[in-house]
Amino acid sequence: MPVSTESRPARATLSQEPGRLCIAFSGDWRITDDHSHWHAPRLGHEKPAVRLDTSELGNWDSSLLLYLHSVTRWCQQQGLTLDDSALPAQLRQLASQFASAEKSSKPQDRSANLLEFVGNQTQAVWGQVREIAHFVGECSLSATRLLKNPASFRWRDCLAEMQQCGVMALPIVSLVSFLIGITLAYTGATILRLFGGDIWVADLIGLSVTREMAAVMTGVVLAGRTGAAFAAQIANMKANEEIDALSTLGVSATDFLVMPRILALAIMTPLLALYSVLLGILGGMLIALTILSIPPTAYWVEMLTIVDLSDVTTGLLKASAFGVIIGLSGSLRGLQADRSAEGVGRAATSAVVTSILLMVVADAFFAVLFNMLGW
Amino acid sequence: MPSPQVQPVLAPAAGPTGAPAIDVRGLECGYENKVVLQNLTFTVGQAELFFVIGGSGCGKSTLLRHLIGLNRPTAGEVRFFGQVFGDQGEKQRRELLKTFGVLFQSGALWSSLTLRENVALPLELHTALSKREREELATLKLSQVGLQGFEDYYPSEISGGMKKRAGLARALALDPAIVFFDEPSAGLDPITSRKLDELILSVRDTFGTTCVVVSHELASIMGIGDRVILLSREAKGIVAEGDPRLLARDSEHPLVREFFSSGGIRHAAPATPST
Repeated sequence: MPVSTESRPARATLSQEPGRLCIAFSGDWRITDDHSHWHAPRLGHEKPAVRLDTSELGNWDSSLLLYLHSVTRWCQQQGLTLDDSALPAQLRQLASQFASAEKSSKPQDRSANLLEFVGNQTQAVWGQVREIAHFVGECSLSATRLLKNPASFRWRDCLAEMQQCGVMALPIVSLVSFLIGITLAYTGATILRLFGGDIWVADLIGLSVTREMAAVMTGVVLAGRTGAAFAAQIANMKANEEIDALSTLGVSATDFLVMPRILALAIMTPLLALYSVLLGILGGMLIALTILSIPPTAYWVEMLTIVDLSDVTTGLLKASAFGVIIGLSGSLRGLQADRSAEGVGRAATSAVVTSILLMVVADAFFAVLFNMLGW
Repeated sequence: MPSPQVQPVLAPAAGPTGAPAIDVRGLECGYENKVVLQNLTFTVGQAELFFVIGGSGCGKSTLLRHLIGLNRPTAGEVRFFGQVFGDQGEKQRRELLKTFGVLFQSGALWSSLTLRENVALPLELHTALSKREREELATLKLSQVGLQGFEDYYPSEISGGMKKRAGLARALALDPAIVFFDEPSAGLDPITSRKLDELILSVRDTFGTTCVVVSHELASIMGIGDRVILLSREAKGIVAEGDPRLLARDSEHPLVREFFSSGGIRHAAPATPST
């Protein structure tokens, strides 16, 4: 109730006479204000008849109902008779509704059996693997279709995506790669200095950045930036029934939405990785110059003794594969999403997790492969 | 003003006699640099079933957001039971908020809580009741809206109509003096929608609650409305006010004629494109 109004305090007064118990209500009962709470009185051997008196009662709400409910329950437990004839009809009706509501309430047991839970989760993992395999297969079919008929490819979408995931990502990729170069140089310098091998910091940076760091860091940035965006876009389209609208036109969502995105990422990720190599080397060069006093020319020449074209190509090959992985996981999670706002959020999150996970797995696979091939 | 026969015998949540439940004077609503409604003046009587109607984009929902304090009015004032909302400090504002219940368009149930927990949360925040009492009361409120047996369900497990009803149970948790409804029939089939109307009516009759309903559903307006104001995009304000049945029968105003003859679905002014 409005605060300024004078309201009388809500009270319930119990008065006990031999053989009778009277509960008198007075004041305005308001659930958000203080009011009396039910305290069971001490009873003698006799069972008094309980009578309710509402002659002094002002306004009331659910707080009074709660009180009455407690009284009713107590009377039932004690086997007392409750005389509620003095109650206003409306109050009596609500009180009986209260009692029946409690009876019809059905508590639910949601606890799950551990064995059942583990079983379900295991099956879910298998289901996930199958879904990924199915989606990769669908994309391959779509790719062959588009190779046969390149005119049906959505080149404009692809270019727009390339701009979004490539050009627009330049600032963040620059920052991350430059700082990675600096961090690596610092770490390397501390150890290499111990045995006077300062100059090898150039080899360390050159090799690790070209073969490993550039591709991985670009991949991580794009997974967060582009993979999540793909998943959210496609999930949103699904929630909006846009995907269904495509299907009714006989267009596959894979051809129309997924392939342009995957191709855009497959092309732009290696380019960004190449750029990232450059920035990483620059970062290392800066530290070599300022901390180790190695002139950039010496750094460059030393680096070229160890880094050759095969390092660059393996790095770029990996980056391209990472691009495909990001595009696939982003689109897959988007297409799998629930048709709700919540589903869109979950799709974006799981796209990032999936793509980073798959990238790390692929990276390990490439490490073994290149080692066997001697690249 | 409420007709005498609808005034409940004992109005549990009725305010002090005299002051109207809501008194809007010269209200101007809008967002940055854009005035949506201006110079609105109207009152809503206690225990009245008051409808705010109009075509899409006329500012119905904007008005509602300003009334419940989500947006600040750029000019004018809104009084609830004679008090101005929002200019008496945070504590006063919170006190006043306890007398409001709002049913949002999609129910706005908290998805991580069961229905019972949803209804019990306002009680937990604003009352000194014990956990057991809160749960008992939540069970009662849910049964009042016909959701007995669904107390432990999560919002994602029930249908749209049930979500609205659960939202109403939550809006009623604190026995508010005023309940605001934002398009209660949006997205519901006609039968469910009529049932919700009956529920709104029974809430008003049982608790003497003042109900402010934003709607463009003609069946609801004609069925349960005591009084309406018709907003218009062009006038940026009220073009008609009164009993909907009388307005539909007697009004000469072209916008009113159009609204009541269009089934309430088309825009009040179809000549201009609307969002």
